[in-house]
Formats: sequence, structure tokens, C-alpha cells
Amino acid sequence: MYPAAFDYYRATTLQEALSLLKQHPEAKVLAGGHSLIPLMKLRLASPSALVDIGRIAELKGIRRTDGTVVIGALTTHREVEFSEALKQWCPLLPEVAAQIGDPAVRNMGTLGGSLAHADPAADYPAAMLVLGASMKAVGPGGERMIPAEAFFVGMLTTALQPGEILTEVHVPVLGPGTGWAYEKFPHPASRYAVVGVAAVVRVEGGVCREARVGITGAAPKAFRATAIEQALAGRPLEEATIRAAVEKAVGPEGLLSDPFASAEYRAHLCAVLARRALLRAARRAA
Amino acid sequence: MATRYFGVAMKRREDPRFIAGRGTYVDDLTLPGLTYAAMVRSPYAHARIKAIHTDKARQHPGVIAVFTGRDMVESGVKSLPCGWLLPGMKLPPHYPMAVDKVRHVGEIVAVVIAEDRYVAEDAAALVEVEYEPLPAVADAEKALQPGAPAVHDEAPDNVCFRWSIGDAEKTEEAFRRAHRTVRLHLVNQRLIPNAIEPRAAMAQYNPATDEYTLWVTSQNPHVHRLLMAAFVLGIPEHKLRVISPDVGGGFGSKIFVYPEETIVTWAAKRVGRPVKWTARRRESFVSDAHGRDHITEAELAVDERGKILGLRVRTIANLGAYLSTFAPAIPTYLYGTLLSGQYEIPAISCEVTGVFTHTTPVDAYRGAGRPEATYVVERLMDRMARELGEDPAEFRRKNFIPPDKFPYQTPVALQYDSGNYEGALNKALEMINYKELRRQQEELRRQGRYIGIGLSCYIEACGIAPSQVVGSLGAQAGLWESALVRVHPTGKVTVYTGTHAHGQGHETAFAQIVADELGIPIEDVEIVHGDTGSVPFGMGTYGSRSAPVGGSAIVLSLQKIKEKARKIAAHLLEAAEEDVVFEDGKFYVRGVPDRFKTWGEVALQAYLAHNYPPGLEPGLEASSFYDPKNFTFPFGTHIAVVEVDPETGKVKILRYVAVDDAGRIINPLIAEGQVHGGIAQGVGQALLEGAVYDENAQLLSASLLDYALPRADDLPAFEIDHTVTPCPHNPLGVKGIGETGTIAATAAVVNAVMDALAPFGIHHLDMPLTPQKIWKAIQAARAA
Repeated sequence: MYPAAFDYYRATTLQEALSLLKQHPEAKVLAGGHSLIPLMKLRLASPSALVDIGRIAELKGIRRTDGTVVIGALTTHREVEFSEALKQWCPLLPEVAAQIGDPAVRNMGTLGGSLAHADPAADYPAAMLVLGASMKAVGPGGERMIPAEAFFVGMLTTALQPGEILTEVHVPVLGPGTGWAYEKFPHPASRYAVVGVAAVVRVEGGVCREARVGITGAAPKAFRATAIEQALAGRPLEEATIRAAVEKAVGPEGLLSDPFASAEYRAHLCAVLARRALLRAARRAA
Repeated sequence: MATRYFGVAMKRREDPRFIAGRGTYVDDLTLPGLTYAAMVRSPYAHARIKAIHTDKARQHPGVIAVFTGRDMVESGVKSLPCGWLLPGMKLPPHYPMAVDKVRHVGEIVAVVIAEDRYVAEDAAALVEVEYEPLPAVADAEKALQPGAPAVHDEAPDNVCFRWSIGDAEKTEEAFRRAHRTVRLHLVNQRLIPNAIEPRAAMAQYNPATDEYTLWVTSQNPHVHRLLMAAFVLGIPEHKLRVISPDVGGGFGSKIFVYPEETIVTWAAKRVGRPVKWTARRRESFVSDAHGRDHITEAELAVDERGKILGLRVRTIANLGAYLSTFAPAIPTYLYGTLLSGQYEIPAISCEVTGVFTHTTPVDAYRGAGRPEATYVVERLMDRMARELGEDPAEFRRKNFIPPDKFPYQTPVALQYDSGNYEGALNKALEMINYKELRRQQEELRRQGRYIGIGLSCYIEACGIAPSQVVGSLGAQAGLWESALVRVHPTGKVTVYTGTHAHGQGHETAFAQIVADELGIPIEDVEIVHGDTGSVPFGMGTYGSRSAPVGGSAIVLSLQKIKEKARKIAAHLLEAAEEDVVFEDGKFYVRGVPDRFKTWGEVALQAYLAHNYPPGLEPGLEASSFYDPKNFTFPFGTHIAVVEVDPETGKVKILRYVAVDDAGRIINPLIAEGQVHGGIAQGVGQALLEGAVYDENAQLLSASLLDYALPRADDLPAFEIDHTVTPCPHNPLGVKGIGETGTIAATAAVVNAVMDALAPFGIHHLDMPLTPQKIWKAIQAARAA
């Protein structure tokens, strides 16, 4: 509970934050502090400096442009959970945010902070994959959009380059005939996802046009369960169909294993939670 | 005595201070010139210390001193003592800091004292310890195998003691003529207490008076003082003052004398400045004494009518690397003696092997031996009922000790004072609507839903006593309690109790007793505890002893005070003492209630002594030392209703009914709170908690990210009631309520889960009943 000494810089604009990062290449970016600070207190992370971006107004807020919802990186989980705009345009995200941690965590932790930290058991990554979200990164070389598929590189690793800051998340608005759901099996201590499954389905004329299934917690990084997605495309979303599609769709190879849940058990949970998520998503699409 | 307070569900008087953040905990305290200690702890479970290099740490800016175990031992510091000795027990030394070897992860090898805690932690990382890692063993069964690494040279086979109780021969005979027997292999897993306030200690040495003051998170400051002064540090007892201010939970873990408080007390004199240490949560995980950790083979035998003939129990108890203060008592006299449960069992035999391992020491944790005993008995009762095809409630009922057999002598030493077990069972069955529930269970099973109903009919022994008996069993302390009651000239009252409150609400419950006895408003009563400088002596709070033992001591003192006050009142009223009535805070001559002297007038006269009985000493205070005649034995029935999700293995508790009998209840609100917390901890053991060590005896579950404590959303709304069977041998008729929930709940929940899983042919799974474990068992059952 006693971090090593570090320098602290507070930026009030994005430009200031970028120049601070340039001056202090060893610095870590601090947003809500709910991932980084615990690591520092345990001395598992000892950055020489922190650049606090928590007060940069331009990184906050939720707005819509055409078919996309733009969410500022500093938007708290609580704001995602209760956002009327998101409930209307992308209700999967409030459903996910409501299951993160507890109210105290949700009031402080931020969407961008969670994504940039890339904990393999975080809740958002599964949703970002199935929503087809993109992350806007701003760095010394300008800004770029990184699709979710490319953003999550591995355990605690993203495509963000040194000196870059995640500023926005762009999420396509969910269209008509689309159903969504997030099913989470929380670890009883950490409340992180042992396995979390996000599903989005688009149904036309009683037939599934597209199914997307994203899984977090199970592996070193979130992934799409493409076998399930392919098995459902073009078919009516009946329980038996879904049941058959998820059965053994995710094997234990490459999955995480710990005293609470082995890779085999995680693989089994992937199937159970995928079925439950798809059934709820299908009902919502109907 | 008019009871205006006793039995009333008053809100706790101490809570506004706690809720508003105005409590004073050890870590809140500061002193001029305060320094901060950081402990250097072993990363190895077993290693030889080849060298400790402290130069870099000493030279670090802001560091005042660095000490090692050798520094302490060379200055004459002795081993931490063990407060309960069993015949033939091995008692290897336990120095506050390791000297030659480390024997568990987290054992202290050096201490850094610095100007602030951050600097101390920085410098602690600069202490270089050369270790030669040695093989380690965490599992008690493995520690007993030939060739297992020995924890201590004094015990090459890792056996600390072998202890038995009951009649082995008679039990063998009972099993020979048994109609049916069942056998269970039970692992009662290791738990880590996790009081919300971590342990802390701050010590000051005054060279002018040669006196020490230690502020410490202690459940028993006088015991702390006695053991530290007389055994470890060699400080004259009267030169060490121990203060335990507000303490945020203990659950047993703050009973014991730990290395850290001896280190800071010793170091305070060495550095000439006060020293403070507060555990980080990670330190709590590896250094607070753990609880439970039994491996048990248990068998039950019945005759043709389903009446119990005998119980045979063999337990291996993991004691950890060193003997914590009361470690030997927990798996023996607080466990084996409880194995009769609520039942007439003609023959019981229990053998316990206490084993050293390379793990954190194990000692009392809420319930301390009694939950382990209840778990053994109640799991066997369920298993046997199923074996016989009998309803588990009716099988228990048939074997209860009937109400007319009290006091009841069990075959395992204890004599139960009073009980009406069927009364509590019936009430619980009624509350849960048992018959209808069984019918619904059948119906839901047909729909593929797995509901389970689990009973736990428990017995608790609390207020461990009398001193002469516990002394003969190995206790190195008396187990009476003291109370000094001081009446001030204005009639206000201060009570100095030898018990200690760290969540129990004594400032309210004890004041309720006093206010009623003296007929004064509760606001006129102050309860003081936790300071050896003001409380004469005390044994502290654990084992649900405070109300039956500490409360009784207060009553004895109040009786003495009332006797003296009556003498003074008789003089003032010019009446014979035996004609004076004391009622509602007024003294009057029998039949003339209009002519009275108030409590305040009498108290004032005790200090003025102007108009005073000849020969009577002035002043109005009394102290008492109450040594109970016996333990007292709360009991009850808890019923859990659970649903198991057969797909994920996850357990949900649907309902939880608790009927407890703790005799007369002083404050039902506090009693209910105790039951709630106790159930939560019992559920925690059944479903969530468990220390996990790897093959190198590294603690894997060493943070709250891994170690699952129960939370509100893991629990249903409890349905709670009680029956009242007063304790016949203490003046209040009270029993203890602090541990009943923990003692009962674990078995109730496990029995419920096993009931839910019965259709799969699953008879037993070890705790914690995690989803994965249940899922695997269902998979295996389906494959079979």
C-alpha cells in the first residue's frame, strides 16, 4: 500500500499531456486510477512519473455523429451505465458497464483507462469486439483509428505506441433488428470476468443475418468465437441451433487456468454463457 | 429490578462514532517524533539464512535503524510463548524475527525503522538476505509422510502432539455391533481471517520513568502485556502499559501475541523514539494467524432403530510453522470435546495429531474448533440419514439429548448446562415450512432444477471455564473475568471491564445491564475497556465469553455496590437495612415509597461521609472476579435452502433460517447482528474461502483479488428467531451469541448443497464448494 516515489504531472489539455509524455518517456498515463494505482501500491508497477489526464475536459462526454457514437476516453463506467444516449444507440455498453466492479469502482474507473490497461479479464473488450468499435489514439505523429480487433494485442498490451493517448472510442449505432447481451461469470473475489461473453445478432425475416460473439476473461486477450458466429449465420436463432453452435466451439487450448477455474472449465463456461447471451440477444432482436 | 433496558433492541451507542469516522484506531494515533517500521519478510517457505546485508538500507536517506533477529536475540529477547501446553507437546522456539532459518512465507527477517512509512518500505527492499532455499511442505498429511522436510529439529516427524479424548475401546465395541456405519473423509480448509482493520502496533519508551506504552490491536490487552513482559521482552509487568483502542474486527486473529508488537516495543527503546507499524493487507494474509485446516476421517455407527451407537474421529490438524498463542487448544479441547453435538452418543473416540508445516501459524478463528466439530457431526448426521433413507430432521430428532436429561454429561468431558434441542428444531422447521419445501423440492427436481435443503443442529461451548479445570487441561491462564464498577459522587457510573470490544457492542450491552441494576439512565453509564492503565485486569474477548463471564462479573460488582448503598440509604432514612427497598433508582422504607433517597443522594453521601453509617468506609466502588462454574452451551438449528446451477456448478442460497438459543438476550439487535455476521462467515467457508498453497508452500491466495470473502450479494435476507433456555449457573442467564452463526452455517450450507446434488449420487465434496468443483463432480457423475 506504499508505492515507490514518482513524479506527478497534471495535464489540463490533450496537447499538454502529449508534450509531458514526450518529455517523460518513462511516464504512465493516469486516468481513473483503478488499474494503475493498485499495481503501484503493490509495487508491481513503479513508473518514475505519472501524467494525470483525468481533468482534460475534451476527453469527456458522449456524442453521436451520423451512424457512430463517440465516447470520450475519460467517460466513467457509471456514466456509460446510466447514459440515456448509449441506452438508445448502443445498449450493450450500459449492460456491460453495470457489471464492472462495484459502484465505487464504476464512479472512478474510466472506459479509456480500462481499455488501455487491457486486463484480460476486463469486461469491455468482449463488447468492443462484437460492436466493431474503433479506438482513436493521438500521439506525436498525429491521430489514428485502431479497430478493436487490432487494439487488444495481448495480456496488458495494446496497440498504443509510447507517447500515444487513447482519446475516444467510436462505436457504430446498433441498427434495427439487432439484439445484444452480455453474460458474465464473475470471480467471487475480484469480480473480474472468469468468462464474459458479449453477443450481438442481427435478425431479418426470422433468420440470423449476422452473429458476433466476443469472449473476455477466458484467454490472455479477448477474442471472437468465429466458429459460433459462422454456425449461426443464415439460420433461425432457435434454442437447439444455438445450443449446437456453442457446443465445443471453444476448446481449452490457449485458455487461462488458475486455482478458481481451469482451462477446461473456462471452455465449458464459454459455451454456457455464449448460449445464454445469444438467447437473450435473439429475444431482443425479435 | 425493573428491566427498562435488558432485552431491548437498542441501537448501539458506539455506532455514531464509528459511522461518522470518529473512531480511534491504532493507525490514527501519532506521537511527537514518531518513526515507522517496515518488516522485511521471507519470500521462501523454508530456507536457511546465510547472511543479511543491511548496509544499503541503513544508508538510505531517512532510515533510522535496521535490526535483524540476531540483534533481538543477542539483546536477550526470548521466544514468543505458547499459552496452552499439552502433555508431551513439542515447543520449538519462535523468535519475533527469524535467526537461522525461515519457516513460512512472510516470516520476518529484519525490520527497517525510518522517518516515514514510504522510506521504510523503500529501504526494506534494499535489505539483502542470502537465503539457501530448502524443501517445504504445506499440507499436514504430506508433512507426516516419511522423508517429509522437517519444520523443526525438535520435531523431526513434524508431529507437535498426539492427543485423544473419549473411550477408544468402548467405541470399537460400538462399531462391532453396529447395524449400519457411514464414513466421511472431510477437509476443513484453512481460512484467513481478514479483519477489516489490519493489525497495528505503536510503542513508546519513556527513559525518565523506564516505562513503555504499547498501543496495539488486541482482543486482550492484559494478556498481551503479561506474555510480552514476562516471557518475551523481560520488561517488568508494571512498567508496560498496553492500550487497545477502537479495534476494527478480530475474529480471534487479534488474541495472539505476534512478532510485530514485540519488535516495535523493543525497537522503541533502541531508537529512542516511538515506532509504529500497520500491516498492509498482503502482510495480513501471510502473518495473521490462520484458522481451521483439518483433515478428518469420521465414522458414525447406528443400531437397527437408527439410534447412534458410536462416533470415531481421527483428525490431522495443521498448526503451521510455529505454535501461535493458543494453537494447541483449538483442535483439542475446543474441538474433540464438542463431538457429541446435540446427540446422545454412548461412545466417542477422537484422536488428533497436531502437525507442523511450512505455513503461517494456525490458531483460533471465529468458532475456533467448534465449527470444525459441528461440521464433522452434522455432515455425518446427514450422510447417515441418507444411508438409512430417513428424513434428516427426523433422524436428528430421534437422537437428540432430551430436555429432561440436563445437566447432561457427554462422553467427551463436557457437561451441558441446559438445552431444548427439539424446541429450536421445531421452530426452524416451522419457519421454513419444511414439509411443503420438501414437496416443492421434488417438483422442481422433475423440472431439472436442483434445490437442496440443509440442516445444522449445533452446540456451542462458550465462556470456557472454570479456571481450575482449564488449568488442569493445559491452559496457562485463568479464564475468569473482572469488573471494576466505580460510582462517582454524582451517581454516574464508570465500569472498567476486562473484556474488550472490537465489534461486539459492549458499550451498549453492558450499559444496559448496569442501568437496569441501578435504575439509572443508560446515559449515566460509561463502559471502559482496553487499557491496562485503567482496567485492573482482564482476560479479554474471545470464545463468546464477554456476556456470560464479563457481564456476570459486572453484576457481582453491582451487587456489592447496591449492598453498600443500601447501608448508606438505611442510615439516611433512619431505618433498618433489611427494611430498605431499592427500586427504580430510589431507596425507601418498605411500604413508604413516598419518602425516599435517590441514587444520586446516596452516591453523594458515600463521598461526603458527613451523615454516614459508623464504621463504613467512604466511597462507592467495587471490583469482582467472576469465575464461572462451567462453560455455557448455546445451541440451535439453522436451515439453508440452496439451488445449484447444474450447468455452471454455481450455488445460490435461496433462504436461510436461523433459530439460536443463547439464553436470555441482552440486546436483540446486537444479537441479530452477531448472527448475521456469523452466518456470512460460515457461508464464506462453505462456498468461497480457502487458503491455497502451492507445492513450494507459497500462498497463492494472498490478496482480496484471489481470496473470496462473502459479500452482501452472496447472501440472502436471513430469517432469524430464537428460543430462550437460560443458563442456569450465571447471574444473567445468558449464553454467548458471537460465534453461533459461524458454527452452524458452514454445515448447513454444505448439507444443503449435498442434498441438491443427491440425484447425481454425489455424497460429499470438500469446501469451498466452488462452481468448478461442483461442475466437475456432476460431469464425473454423469459419465459414470
